[in-house]
Amino acid sequence: MKFGVVVFPGSNCDHDAYFALKHNLGFEVEFLWHKDTSIPDDIKCVVLPGGFSFGDYLRAGAIARFSPIVSEVFRFAQKGGLVIGICNGFQILTESGLLPGALLKNTSLRFICKDVHIKVVNNNTPFTSLLEQGKVLRIPIAHFEGNYFAGDDILKELEDEDRIVFQYCDAEGNVNEASNPNGSLKNIAGIVNRGRNVLGMMPHPERYCDPILGGTDGALIFESIINFLKI
Amino acid sequence: MANYIAKVKVMLKKGILDVQGKTVENALKTLGFENITDVRIGKYITFNVDADSLEKAKEIANSAADKLLYNPNIETYALEVTIFEGNV
Repeated sequence: MKFGVVVFPGSNCDHDAYFALKHNLGFEVEFLWHKDTSIPDDIKCVVLPGGFSFGDYLRAGAIARFSPIVSEVFRFAQKGGLVIGICNGFQILTESGLLPGALLKNTSLRFICKDVHIKVVNNNTPFTSLLEQGKVLRIPIAHFEGNYFAGDDILKELEDEDRIVFQYCDAEGNVNEASNPNGSLKNIAGIVNRGRNVLGMMPHPERYCDPILGGTDGALIFESIINFLKI
Repeated sequence: MANYIAKVKVMLKKGILDVQGKTVENALKTLGFENITDVRIGKYITFNVDADSLEKAKEIANSAADKLLYNPNIETYALEVTIFEGNV
């Protein structure tokens, strides 16, 4: 079993994801080029990495969604394959309709790059299978457009179907306005699709997989994926 | 076949906080423009279309807007298509 990390023109966390998966966690991983028209059979989880695919022109993720590989990611997800979109990857997932809602500009109108705390509000997903409900993770964010927005009907659907996976919180796990870095609706930091096999999240777990970088909470998400796939 | 020009105006939906507009509005207020309210910032996109008729050109332009130029979750657009009479 392998991870596949998609490389778009403008991706800049693709190598971080590759390094974290291969060297910090010891998993098999290969790059997938945005023009590829197939996903090898041994890939069980596709990572859409952070960055500025196609320069974030028009809207973040809007052009990447039409890359040939994204049609393949659609098919892969429909068959139950695991997909994790991180930051720009989350933006691509919302633009492509694999996940609902949209990521607006941060309310501060600033690019925010800092550690945040996120709370695991749903551990019944492949991406949180090793985590306790309510566990607080410390993971960095680095984005200008991470302000999650969805209409009332979509928000209700996400809540009713228990599809909010991570919420921004403080170190003690309190979800409140003060711990919301970007204005996201309900402090949403990550959601899954109905099938629970596609996760989009703004924080960067791949940046916190190595103690030398300041934290290892991100590794728990990738280890959860492996744990799920082995079951 | 004639050449038409399409002008697409994309705006954030009403009800979605336009943080850029708000910031510009605050700056204008600071400069003394107290009568200015509801500043909103959108995108203006133009492109030329070769088509047999104005109707066809509009159809193509609408389709382009629907497919890529705006995100219906958060934006609305207005489209204007006219015969292209050269760059004025």
